[in-house]
Amino acid sequence: MRMSEWLTTHLEKNDDHRNLGYPFGFMDEGAKREIRRAVLKAVAIPGYQVPYGSREMPIARGWGTGGLQITLSLVTPEDVLKVIDQGCDDSVNAVNIKTFVAKVAGIPVTTDTVMASLIQTRHRIPEEPMSRDQILVLQVPYPEALREVEPSEAETRRMHAEADYARMWLYLYEDIVRFGEITISYRYPVTVNGRYIMDPSPIPRWDVPKLHRAETLFLFGAGREKRIYAVPPHTDVVPLEFEDHLFRVEDFSDKFCARCGATDTFLDEIIDSENGGRTYFCSDTGYCAKRSVS
Amino acid sequence: MNPEKPLIRVRALGKRFGEGCIRCKGVTDPEAASNRCPRCGTIHALSGVSFDVYPNEALGVVGESGSGKSTLVRLLHFEWTADRGSFHIHRRAVTGPMTETFFNGDEYSYNLLDISPFQKRQIRNALMGIVYQNPNLGLRMQVSSGGNIAERLIAAGFRRIGTMRERAGGLLEKTEIPVARMDEAPSRFSGGMQQRVQIAKALSNNPLILFLDEVTTGLDLSVQARVLDLIRSLKDELKLSMLVVSHDLGVIRLLCQRTLVMKSGCVVESGLTDQILEDPQHRYTQLLVSSRL
Repeated sequence: MRMSEWLTTHLEKNDDHRNLGYPFGFMDEGAKREIRRAVLKAVAIPGYQVPYGSREMPIARGWGTGGLQITLSLVTPEDVLKVIDQGCDDSVNAVNIKTFVAKVAGIPVTTDTVMASLIQTRHRIPEEPMSRDQILVLQVPYPEALREVEPSEAETRRMHAEADYARMWLYLYEDIVRFGEITISYRYPVTVNGRYIMDPSPIPRWDVPKLHRAETLFLFGAGREKRIYAVPPHTDVVPLEFEDHLFRVEDFSDKFCARCGATDTFLDEIIDSENGGRTYFCSDTGYCAKRSVS
Repeated sequence: MNPEKPLIRVRALGKRFGEGCIRCKGVTDPEAASNRCPRCGTIHALSGVSFDVYPNEALGVVGESGSGKSTLVRLLHFEWTADRGSFHIHRRAVTGPMTETFFNGDEYSYNLLDISPFQKRQIRNALMGIVYQNPNLGLRMQVSSGGNIAERLIAAGFRRIGTMRERAGGLLEKTEIPVARMDEAPSRFSGGMQQRVQIAKALSNNPLILFLDEVTTGLDLSVQARVLDLIRSLKDELKLSMLVVSHDLGVIRLLCQRTLVMKSGCVVESGLTDQILEDPQHRYTQLLVSSRL
């Protein structure tokens, strides 16, 4: 059965949504179809940025409209949604998006990574490994990984087409020569499927290895820049590194979460404004809460 | 003559800037006063240029400004697209997996003017080096000199910083740049030093063919002499083939065994450099030689 037929039959059952004055999932069917097509193309060419017609959303561009449009075009009445912002389930932006999607699709929300079927995120990948039945939608501010070295869009497209990536590597070389190591802390460029260099969105380096040969489908949406790209399950995602200067993640040795005691998670540093003391907390609040309870 | 087969073979290379018209035919002749069509304004930068370059040979290209010398280099370096003609390299120039891509059973490659931009980049990264008159074209002025050299090495597949720095240091030493200044940007160097960094960069991928486009123009005489000495010694040391474009007959005499004389996008005379300079046959070559300071 086709997705549209399935949705139509399902919508007829959910009469309450038909009376709200907008279609299921807020966007009209034509818009959703276009975005799904862009997503399919992105999955077919891992790491390639597919242009699409970014729609006007009830939140401003730059606040997650790219991720939101993917979420709305994929959501089904059986989904369970989780939305996080820098790992946090309770930030204003995450709560707003979560409430909005829950309302226009009539679906339940959760803060538990394992319970969710669809997760929209800003700048983090959840700590708990995700399964093949889940989809992670990442919000992307700057989809072009080469923008740092080349301001022209026409030129970066040519560079991608010809796999002309020497300048990106040169940027890393210069970093190493000047500072002794690569200083990119987030938005670390990766090679996807041995072909395209891709911006993994501003996730910390900690999260980059999670993209490599994962079980889950990762979808990246940039609403302002009008691009969608994807990392399908079991795809090679390799951070740019030199043989004698390997990629490494953030070092949290000797540090632990003050709340749940975790030593194996990405930690946020909190500085006490009165005595200058440093404490650390899990950036992934859902995971931290789960561990604190058990 | 050279018993070897030419390393590169160029035939009937043509490039025009403009639409072209039926009357254009008259201006594609070297005897025409100008290579600009009076009717449609099309410039015929190159009208059917053919030549060979042999292994470890320096071929000179002389001619007045606007004669198509630089266009020739830019077409062969794949910066511009040729309108017509062919460009083949000899099989011995290419090793490894690239052989399959660019050769069938023949001794010479496919016409390199017809391959995709990606493949052109492969050929350029593996086989070619270029030194421009203006170092701004050949170097990234804000990136360190070592980085400039590393960029070419990266493009050629190097992925180890230590190896690249070692190689860059060696090349800078060869071109007489103090290795201690390797991590300085060329924008802080003198013109002559910039030109030598450019040469080091051009040589970094062990090219088989080196394009020199007016390399010494704009440098003072003592620096010119040092740059030319350097190029000459590197040519023999690294077994380079070179295409030397210059309007300076002194440079050509010093570097090149054979020379082409160009005018209005055509080759009007070619032969051994000494012969051309001592006994010019074509009216234009005579003018060129006699007007030497």
